[in-house]
Amino acid sequence: MTASAPLLDPTWTALLYLAAAVCFILALKGLSSPKHARRGNLVGALGAAIALVTVFLSSRLANIPWILAAIAVGAAIAAPVARRVKMTQMPQLVALFNGVGGGAAALVALLELPHAGAPEDGWVRLAIVFTLLVGAVSFAGSAVTFAKLQELMTTRPVTFLGLPVLMGAVLLAALAAAGAVVATGSVPLAVVLLALGLLAGVLLVLPVGGADVPIVISLLNAFTGLAVAASGLVLGNVLLVVAGTLVGASGTILTRLMAAAMGRSVVHIMFGAFRGGSTAG
Amino acid sequence: MGGVEVLTILVFAVFVGFEVVSKVSSILHTPLMSGANAIHGIILVGAITVAGQAEDGWVLALALLAVVLATANLVGGFVVTDRMLEMFRGRRPAPGAKEDAR
Repeated sequence: MTASAPLLDPTWTALLYLAAAVCFILALKGLSSPKHARRGNLVGALGAAIALVTVFLSSRLANIPWILAAIAVGAAIAAPVARRVKMTQMPQLVALFNGVGGGAAALVALLELPHAGAPEDGWVRLAIVFTLLVGAVSFAGSAVTFAKLQELMTTRPVTFLGLPVLMGAVLLAALAAAGAVVATGSVPLAVVLLALGLLAGVLLVLPVGGADVPIVISLLNAFTGLAVAASGLVLGNVLLVVAGTLVGASGTILTRLMAAAMGRSVVHIMFGAFRGGSTAG
Repeated sequence: MGGVEVLTILVFAVFVGFEVVSKVSSILHTPLMSGANAIHGIILVGAITVAGQAEDGWVLALALLAVVLATANLVGGFVVTDRMLEMFRGRRPAPGAKEDAR
């Protein structure tokens, strides 16, 4: 292990994370006004840059060359795609980026589970199962919204007899698995929970019609935010808690605003098809 | 940091999150969603932390996968939001000029 001593003490680390959190708040504020929207986005990117420099300088990290290579790969894939995408295809790209973020949060939680060993770490395990489940729902749900918007599958609501029963069964099984993971800390059970979360994500989005998909992306975006906040609790990282909670809260409000602008209700969009009523497609 | 302190911060962040977007105009709904999407890409910090503590091969491999995914979320999110806003601003002086994007 070639981990070097951290350059930043905990106080400086906390202050830099605070600066990054302030950047994120200013970014959301800027993005809410037509005049400052573009600058707001840049301020958000600045906050992310501050946070990244801080994590490298503040913790004893091993495997740094591998990590830098992985960052280079992720950026090399995402940046050109984001730059070249057609305007009409932007919503599905946002869905895709949202999904991979949820997937990353779920992986982080899964890998932290073996470290949350002591019985008094019960609340850490609770945050882990929350991240696993919500991250997996967001990943799989976003994949289905991507497929719908990209017209890889029908954009009409997909329902079948017994869908509500199946959904209920999957959620009950997920709750049981979550309880078992909190009680035992078992990694195989966490993988089962992850799989159930993926299935729940697919079942949640299948009945949503094409016209309502952007609202669902916004909802899943809020979900990923909450998963990131919970992963911040797991890792003891306040910046992740703040940034994730900001996105979770603002995303929830935004989802309601978007639905209201289209004259629809979120509950109706998510569960309308379950009740037999059609959603707009 | 203690659980109650973190909970306090979390509750404050909920209120700030509600407040900052409550007056957004409907034309900015999609860019705002996309910008918020980029912000949760900061899970990259968590993925880096886990990868930096990984000791066996498969943990490192999964952690590095998380780093790749989180980077795609973060970098792609900010770039695509900037593209949206660029188009959105460019359309104003010359209405219809860029409408043939489809």
